[in-house]
Amino acid sequence: MLPLIMIFLAGIIFSLGLGIAGMTQPEKVIGFLDVMGNWDPSLAVVLVSAVVTFFIGQKLIMRRTTAFFGERFQLPTRTDLDSRLIGGAIIFGIGWGLIGLCPGPALVSSISGDGTPLTFIMSMAVGMYLFEALHLRYSEEPDGGAGPLDAPATSK
Amino acid sequence: MENFTPVEALIGGVLIGLAALSMLFFNARIAGISGIFGGLLHAKRGDTLWRTIFVLGLIFGGFLLQRYLPSSLEFTVTRSTAIIVLAGFLVGFGARLGNGCTSGHGVCGIGRLAPRSIAASLTFMIAGIITATAFNQLVGGNI
Repeated sequence: MLPLIMIFLAGIIFSLGLGIAGMTQPEKVIGFLDVMGNWDPSLAVVLVSAVVTFFIGQKLIMRRTTAFFGERFQLPTRTDLDSRLIGGAIIFGIGWGLIGLCPGPALVSSISGDGTPLTFIMSMAVGMYLFEALHLRYSEEPDGGAGPLDAPATSK
Repeated sequence: MENFTPVEALIGGVLIGLAALSMLFFNARIAGISGIFGGLLHAKRGDTLWRTIFVLGLIFGGFLLQRYLPSSLEFTVTRSTAIIVLAGFLVGFGARLGNGCTSGHGVCGIGRLAPRSIAASLTFMIAGIITATAFNQLVGGNI
């Protein structure tokens, strides 16, 4: 129960961080990505401060052998670059640049009742589902698309 | 650069980092939102509840934002339905193909100095910059 409460709180804090940072407003994201427009460097500040915070904290956390509730860390271990990774990032970046929304901010904004994030999320789910379906059908990997960021549960 | 909001960006960024640290410390996991959400679409036994709770946390955070910081959920970027659908599809498909998005690769991956995440983040950043810049130059942003 307690681990689930912590996950819920992490979701809330993540969401508030995105909102306070302005990342739930697509124009802030587009304002950063459109380098020939009225450039807004806010996204770079958000990314750098989040990365630095995470970098320092994970150094301390990874001195432990297990997480707080005794679970083993589920971390990606691959270090090779392949065309799937880069191709996926290109496709993701094109979609992101078209509208200024990515999965987190879209889910946070879904509560607003605005049609844009809801339509975006439904279409995103279709894209994800289609990938899983194609991956399960054509890939020899046994995990059905559960990639390194989504590593299989090792122990409880 | 009159739209630049460095203080809010700094506070928000630190909160995002802390939330990701909380996921690592208490739940042993990387806070990759596309992976967490995507995992709900091919549900496996015992692997759905935590994902659902995290997504509900994000949405509850959205509720708090709407209540106490409503400006954060205002949309001024207008796109036609066709573009919204296309963008959502590309983001969903691309994030799963590339094993992550701005949270998993961008924040956690770069924060762990993972080469795959650094490469992916640079790539989607460049693709996003080219797309958004070309789009606004060519069609003035409204389509």
